[in-house]
Amino acid sequence: MTATYQTRFGSLKDFEKGRVEPIDDDVKHYAMSNCFDIASKSQPYEKVVFGQNQIYVLETLRAEGASPWFTCAHDEFALVMDGTVEIHLVQLDAEQAVADTEKNGAVLLEGEPQGKKMGWMKLTRGHQGMLPKNTAYQFRVAGDPGVLIMQTCKGDLSVEKWAEICQTQ
Amino acid sequence: MNAPAELARTMANASTDNLGYQQFQLGSFGFRRDEYFAHITWTTRDGRPMSHTLDVGNYLRALMRDVAWGFFYGWVNFDNVIGTVNHYKSVDMYAGSFNGTMKEAGVDMLENFPTDQIREVFEAMLDDWTNSTFDPFSAPQETGSPYGRKNGNSTEKITRARELAKRCVGLKGDLDLRSDQRGAPVNRAFLDVQQDQPELHPEPGFENEVHAFNLFGFLSRSQVTWNPSFTSVVKHSYMCPTTEEHILPIIHGNDRVEWFFQMTDEIHWDCGDKNTGKPMARVIMKAGDMAAMPAYCRHQGFSPKRSMLLVWENGSPSLVYEIQKGESPEIPVSF
Repeated sequence: MTATYQTRFGSLKDFEKGRVEPIDDDVKHYAMSNCFDIASKSQPYEKVVFGQNQIYVLETLRAEGASPWFTCAHDEFALVMDGTVEIHLVQLDAEQAVADTEKNGAVLLEGEPQGKKMGWMKLTRGHQGMLPKNTAYQFRVAGDPGVLIMQTCKGDLSVEKWAEICQTQ
Repeated sequence: MNAPAELARTMANASTDNLGYQQFQLGSFGFRRDEYFAHITWTTRDGRPMSHTLDVGNYLRALMRDVAWGFFYGWVNFDNVIGTVNHYKSVDMYAGSFNGTMKEAGVDMLENFPTDQIREVFEAMLDDWTNSTFDPFSAPQETGSPYGRKNGNSTEKITRARELAKRCVGLKGDLDLRSDQRGAPVNRAFLDVQQDQPELHPEPGFENEVHAFNLFGFLSRSQVTWNPSFTSVVKHSYMCPTTEEHILPIIHGNDRVEWFFQMTDEIHWDCGDKNTGKPMARVIMKAGDMAAMPAYCRHQGFSPKRSMLLVWENGSPSLVYEIQKGESPEIPVSF
């Protein structure tokens, strides 16, 4: 008989945190947090940094309602960990693109996006979407809040609050 | 050192024993296997013979990762005695050099080799010592025995190409999605993972820019364990998810900070001092958990059920030197 397995996913409504069991080290060095825990305490679309390696970050976002329009001078990626998220994309006219082509991280777009509509996509748990550089993008959630993980660089909108999200002892 | 001449000398020393296996020599290190074990020998700096023995299944699982990853980042400890350090153009092979007790006793040995030389010896050893019954990339319940006398080979299974997306999996001209047709069925432990692809509604002309894929579905079809593969890339930020089952066959000491994001199920990590092996912490990770591995530690994971882990790497080629010079911290963040 073939054994059956149940894959354990987390969600905003149902998650269980692990922990660091120190032997001879400072638990803060492991910066341990949980994306569902973070999103359960965040403002909608607050970009909470929960992984950082020099200029690069992974951020947790609580996906609820419609987000502002963002844009970025480099590619970014969004992974849905919970819920259903629509992502709408607009190819920005040059005057609305980020002026500094080397700028790291997403920025808020001023006003409505001007440019060609590129289309949209609908993502559910485990789906990862590309946010191509110099496009405007907006997240839209109709139902219950979800959780997004962003692969990006640390930028003006990135929020660091390690002491609030990490195991400290 | 003249790599091709040295290699020719090394390979010429390979000889077959009465169990059917070749023996190998790499600089000061000798390698032989028998029905149960891999045996490594070397001579201490003051001339004493030393030896070390590993279960051959564990040895081949470790050797498989080191070969498949091109020696990876930093330290690849096969166990608490032997392993390799990647310097990206050359590689150190060591015995006891990162074991506090052996180092103090002066019985350790470390030798540097051109990458091509050590790779060719390791590839030849992996091929010769892996029988037809054994896939060193699989979890123990998924494959047969590594033990016994020489019995065929698994060349096809030990030469799988590393899967590296340039921008994102599934884009035109990039790494393909996995499917039954491509020989990547869903693993038995992930039969309950949704296989639906995201809804895409591109306007004409934007078909390759409005892009998303089912990452969990992609991972559920991974044919190997403990093998970080690139799925999306932002500059030098690499998402390297992998599916994990049983024990990480190496103890990894990175030359940089790396992060783990546990996407499903559960992994327990043993973390120890990179230089001595002294235990420092256990990190119990469940779905949604994120933790850094500081650059001073070595780590080995235990995954009771096949699980999805995102290994997140900063592949910047200058990073290792910035850590060595103290310009980049060994811990990821201070708070």
